[in-house]
Amino acid sequence: MSQRIVTGAHYGLSDWLAQRISAVIMAVYTVIAVVVLLGGAPITYAVWKDLFARGWMRVATLLFMGSLAWHAWVGVRDIIMDYIKPDGLRLALQVLVLITIAAYLGWTIQILWG
Amino acid sequence: MSQAAVKKARPKYLSLQAIIFEIRLPLPGWVSILHRVSGALLFVSLVWLLWMLDRTLSSEASFEKIRHYAGLWPVKLSLLALVWAYCHHFCAGIRFLFLDIDKGIDKATARMTSGIVLAVSLALTVLLGWKLW
Repeated sequence: MSQRIVTGAHYGLSDWLAQRISAVIMAVYTVIAVVVLLGGAPITYAVWKDLFARGWMRVATLLFMGSLAWHAWVGVRDIIMDYIKPDGLRLALQVLVLITIAAYLGWTIQILWG
Repeated sequence: MSQAAVKKARPKYLSLQAIIFEIRLPLPGWVSILHRVSGALLFVSLVWLLWMLDRTLSSEASFEKIRHYAGLWPVKLSLLALVWAYCHHFCAGIRFLFLDIDKGIDKATARMTSGIVLAVSLALTVLLGWKLW
């Protein structure tokens, strides 16, 4: 049995939990979105535009993207830590991923409220 | 016991060849690695999907342009691959959530649920593909 005392350091429990919470948020949004989009009228530009003009849809989509950002950061960082061994390259890739995620988020806000 | 069975080359280092041809992943292993592959694929494709969301919302003309663009077969095929990636990531993720709470961790059940995840995500891809086009 491990003798380490889990205190005072970052042991990954919060990442593990964040991965699950964000996954559940995205799953709920996905199921609702699929039902709304496939269950209703054919999607024309007017229907599509009207859907994304609603405040709740914008907020829900932003919540989805926020969850995705968090989820993707934990997931992609895990992949990088598993396969990329040289420290410099690993750090560079992690920074690149963070910048990409920030850009994705900024762009999403611009699309939704722009 | 025969001598040949005892004398194995150890340690064994994994070559790419060994990974591809010698090691046969059990079904839960396939679900796991495909979860990773689909997640990475979705992450890098997000720029493309956001671009399409942006275009479809900017004007009626660009909405129709994207609708036409999505009907081209290379685009359609790529989108279908992403639909599969999403469905697989979704189904495998739900399976992992059950594993978290110690549901379905015995070998037979784990193998069965892996088969279900692979089959259901393929079926969902076909269903959504058929619905979308």
